Amino acid sequence: MASVIEIKDLVKDYKLGEVPVHVLKGISFEIERGDFVSIMGPSGSGKSTLMNILGCLDKPTSGAYLLDGISVGNLNRDQLAEIRNKKIGFVFQQFNLLARTSATENVELPLMYTDTPANERHERARKALLAVGLGGREEHQPSQLSGGQQQRVAIARSLVNNPSIILADEPTGALDSRTSLEIMAIFQRLNREEGITMIVVTHDPDVATYSNRNIHFKDGRLQLDERLEQPREARKDLEQLPAEQPEEIPS
Amino acid sequence: MNKIVGSIRIALRALRVNRMRSALTMLGIIIGVAAVIAMVGVGAGATARIQEQIQSIGSNLIIVLPGSVSTNGVRLGSGAVASLTQDDAKAIATECPSVALTAPTVRGGVQVVYGNNNWATNAQGVTPDYMTIRDYTMLSGQFFTTQDVDAAAKTAVLGETVAQNLFGDSDPTGQVVIIKNVPFTVAGVLTPKGQSPTGQDQDDVILLPISTATQKVLGANKANAKAVASLMVQAMSPQAMDQAIQEMESLLRERHKILPGQDDDFTIRNLTEVFQAQETSAQVMSILLGAIASVSLIVGGIGIMNIMLVSVTERTREIGLRQAVGAKTRDILLQFLVEAVTLSLLGGIIGIVLGLTASVLISHFANWATQVSPLSILLAFVFSALVGVFFGYYPARKAAFLDPIEALRYE
Repeated sequence: MASVIEIKDLVKDYKLGEVPVHVLKGISFEIERGDFVSIMGPSGSGKSTLMNILGCLDKPTSGAYLLDGISVGNLNRDQLAEIRNKKIGFVFQQFNLLARTSATENVELPLMYTDTPANERHERARKALLAVGLGGREEHQPSQLSGGQQQRVAIARSLVNNPSIILADEPTGALDSRTSLEIMAIFQRLNREEGITMIVVTHDPDVATYSNRNIHFKDGRLQLDERLEQPREARKDLEQLPAEQPEEIPS
Repeated sequence: MNKIVGSIRIALRALRVNRMRSALTMLGIIIGVAAVIAMVGVGAGATARIQEQIQSIGSNLIIVLPGSVSTNGVRLGSGAVASLTQDDAKAIATECPSVALTAPTVRGGVQVVYGNNNWATNAQGVTPDYMTIRDYTMLSGQFFTTQDVDAAAKTAVLGETVAQNLFGDSDPTGQVVIIKNVPFTVAGVLTPKGQSPTGQDQDDVILLPISTATQKVLGANKANAKAVASLMVQAMSPQAMDQAIQEMESLLRERHKILPGQDDDFTIRNLTEVFQAQETSAQVMSILLGAIASVSLIVGGIGIMNIMLVSVTERTREIGLRQAVGAKTRDILLQFLVEAVTLSLLGGIIGIVLGLTASVLISHFANWATQVSPLSILLAFVFSALVGVFFGYYPARKAAFLDPIEALRYE
């Protein structure tokens, strides 16, 4: 399988006043297309910085980052925006949905910055919402949806552009364990059925057990890179949870 | 296009979320635009009124008055000497190529009697050319003719004020009025002209043939039977005014045998020029009023800038998200610029409506002519859009160049 992400000797320094802080101290790894990777590490390990660089929100100080064969390091602001728009889907801990805006319009947001005509935007947003199990909630606003449903809208938004990778930053951090499982089940299904490369940044070891590969960071260096032969199945774990309560839907 | 329509929708939604805030912000622009429209309307109304008055005097008008003469070192007042005559008038008309018409005038106060009514007014002895020069038209009847002047006919033309006071609503044409025991047949009534630029009632007048006036009513000047009080001259065109003045000056100096170096014994005045100065001052006033009103428009613009800065701060996370999903610098810039312009344009439109209403009310209640031109409405519209762009640009730029990482993390 070809690599969708190639990182070589990646270094990131910040200047805090006069003193440079070395956040990433030369990291190299590759991620294959269709893989499901968890990036773990304690706070201050540099995983957020790596996440920002992988998401083309930030540029490395030195080293190479190839996304889909494109060298991202020397692109300007607007070129990076275009890469994010075309190749990356973001899922955040706090969902980051636009308030007072319907689910469909939230999902359409990345397409607003392309030349996609309005009717095609609606159609694709509807399909993405269907794919995360939110058919029939198209016109609901975030305040009318539960946390899990809001995160699913956010996942639909990350899907709508057919990205090369989906980057999820603590996607279950604001959710209870059942909803977290639901979200992981959706990720696993998208990964296996649609072949989308998933990268999940988390500090929760439980969440990491659903991925195929775990990368651990410590003090700005790669500490451990292990492949899981038997990742857990979120769907099965969900079925084994006792007494499934019907989900509350505020009207 | 797609993006602009989208931006307008986003802007309207954002403005609707903070209704009160948007309304208050717009209020600055509304007041500014309304003030500009109303003030410029008042200024333009004043200018138009002065122009109307200039029209009422007659076009391309020059007035020649008998001048001050000094005899043995004693200077006499203007008009003290009967230096200007009807013959001068004829000579000017025939010998000055830039002059179209001349109208010699004599005048004096008279008591006009009709039946039981009488009225004190100003009698002017004139020739038929006077009617042309002063752009008079007849409300009823006819002006007297050159034959009437030659024959010193006892015929009179009444101004509207005189006709009203003597005859009420009935038509005076053909009736007989008595002036200084001389019966005059009324030939007609002049169409009213209203106030002169100096505030005199131009319709409180009775016009007589100049010959009849000097012989029967006002009495001839003892020094010179053909002396006139003033000479109205119409130049061929507005451009020929200066030329006409020069021609008359040299002709009159020659006719009055004034040696080089001696002062003129007449005065030539370009009437139009005098009133054009008034018109200019009215225009200056309207520019000044507009400028003062514009200040409030700028203050309104600062209000927009202020609220847009608040809005950018409040929506930092939204901006970060939009950047993360692919919004480019110009997309964010456009979004906030459209929002600012929407605010200022909405305010502008409401302000225009309000300004128009205000100028109608001023006209109606203060009885003060106002005139709102389509151009000033268009200007107000464009200007309020420009205010939006100008004062919206800085906040929009600030939003567009936010760091997406910082913006996403903003609480």
